[in-house]
Amino acid sequence: MPAPEPRTGVTGVIHDIGYRNYDGARLGRWYLVRSLFAQSLRGAYGLGRPARSRVMPLLLLAAMLFPALIMVVVTVISGGDLEIDYTEYVPITFYISSIFVAAQAPQLVSRDLRFRTVPLYFSRPMGYADYVLAKYAAMTAALLILLGAPLLVLYGGALLADLPFWANTRGVLKGLTGAALFSVVLAGIGLAIASVTPRRGFGVAAIITIILVSYTLASTVEGIALSEDKPTVALYAELFTPYNLVNSLQLWLFQVRENPTFDELPVPHGWQGLIFVAVAAATVAASAGFLLLRYRKASAR
Amino acid sequence: MTEPLIRTEGLTKRFPRVTALDGLSVSVGAGVIGLVGANGAGKSTLIKILLGLLEPTDGSAHVLGLDVATSGAQLRALVGYMPEHDCLPPDVSATEFTVHMARMSGLPPSAARERTADTLRHVGLYEERYRPIGGYSTGMRQRVKLAQALVHDPRLIFLDEPTNGLDPVGRDDMLALIRRIGTDFGISVLVASHLLGELERICDHVVIVDGGRLLRSSEIAAYTGRTELLAVEVTDGAHEDGAAVMARALAGAGLAVQRDGRLVEVRIADEGTYDQIRDAAAELGVGLVRLQQRRHRIEEVFADAGA
Repeated sequence: MPAPEPRTGVTGVIHDIGYRNYDGARLGRWYLVRSLFAQSLRGAYGLGRPARSRVMPLLLLAAMLFPALIMVVVTVISGGDLEIDYTEYVPITFYISSIFVAAQAPQLVSRDLRFRTVPLYFSRPMGYADYVLAKYAAMTAALLILLGAPLLVLYGGALLADLPFWANTRGVLKGLTGAALFSVVLAGIGLAIASVTPRRGFGVAAIITIILVSYTLASTVEGIALSEDKPTVALYAELFTPYNLVNSLQLWLFQVRENPTFDELPVPHGWQGLIFVAVAAATVAASAGFLLLRYRKASAR
Repeated sequence: MTEPLIRTEGLTKRFPRVTALDGLSVSVGAGVIGLVGANGAGKSTLIKILLGLLEPTDGSAHVLGLDVATSGAQLRALVGYMPEHDCLPPDVSATEFTVHMARMSGLPPSAARERTADTLRHVGLYEERYRPIGGYSTGMRQRVKLAQALVHDPRLIFLDEPTNGLDPVGRDDMLALIRRIGTDFGISVLVASHLLGELERICDHVVIVDGGRLLRSSEIAAYTGRTELLAVEVTDGAHEDGAAVMARALAGAGLAVQRDGRLVEVRIADEGTYDQIRDAAAELGVGLVRLQQRRHRIEEVFADAGA
């Protein structure tokens, strides 16, 4: 061991337990965003938290995977085709994923508000836009895992059952693209609502209410419109509830002519699809804009 | 290095209903700096402006030579901040929390873990650092709050009412720790408090604000320099009022004497004054409880300013 260097200017310090200065690397903005992204994504699945925070997200993930597993088993045994299109899986299981959005979006943002950790972030080099970016990306990624995992299970099963490789690869890629669209839109809506209140329970209730109420209203309008033989009204009613909005958007994008889940429902074609693109983009922009405003205010507090 | 640690010029912050800072110009050098003022005097507002989080309505501020208006992010990499309010999630451990906050200051993962272990030890958290923060006492929470402000080895830390909610022992520990951060760690400290008494014990320099204006800014010695007064406290002994007889006896011995409640204040004439006091007490048969050289107290600054 080298002899300790004589220290000058320190007089009679008995309790010197050796404070060491740090002169190593200080990484920049992207590292901060990446770190917060990783921590938030882990948090969305309860990792790095007490075991009880993992129960809900993992149950929901299991619930999402379960139907896919059943379908795979049926396909492998029966030797038939997959029961559904890859793009259908997310809309069919929307009850499960909407609970995930409601439960976990507040997990990502309400905690920092409720425990007032937000000022600690903004007294560091991170700006409020970096914070919003990391949280939005983490929620989107968490959803993409939830929505994408069962699609990969289906795909794996299809390959196991010797179903056509290219058709299924194309199918799963479409499904994953659709899942990404769902993830971005749902993450935005979920986070924007959750960021309003530091109370996690209110956030959960507000998100689930908005998703389910908007769905019920849109379905009612659609039902009436279809029975009155006004398919265009039914089509545009889809714009007002997030799952149907994105579902119509992906059907248009992949040029599916008929709604596979509800065959009476019209599918946007031609320029009508652009309206769905615009509304989805506006929803994402409005959510992100709202979050930015929200945290710009919070950073100066 | 001639650039002061903190320099503000005509700093003003008006909120819709209240003026928090009103033309504050102050300049302080490195060390432990006390920021004193009543609640609502503008202390927290000043700290937030110095962190570059709040935009001043008027005036300018420089911290570590950086303009807070234009170099906020650069500045925030060099400073630490311990807010007044609680800011800790209850369901993670002090270690996990501090590691995360270290990374949020740009420390790579391994350095963040090392610095966290060191820093928690320095603030006095040992085995409990692996337990969830929710089970901590107020004193331990304050230490975690301090640790997250220190973990990235800043050059300056802002502490907003760090002794809030602590019992007397916890308060003394926290003050000693703050003093050590300034002297042993070599990190400058700006500590805000509405309690003058605690700041005079640990600060090199005290800035007093009142109603958003600067009341006074000077070295602590200027406030609390030794005076030529001795405080003498005696028991009553066989007398009805020990202090009164003592005062009479000392005055009779030719000393300048003044009563202050239970205390007798004696102006020190020379070394012999101490002997005279001892002899007088022995002669009167009263017990000498206290013999202490008086210092000015910061409170007197307020008394002067108020007059």
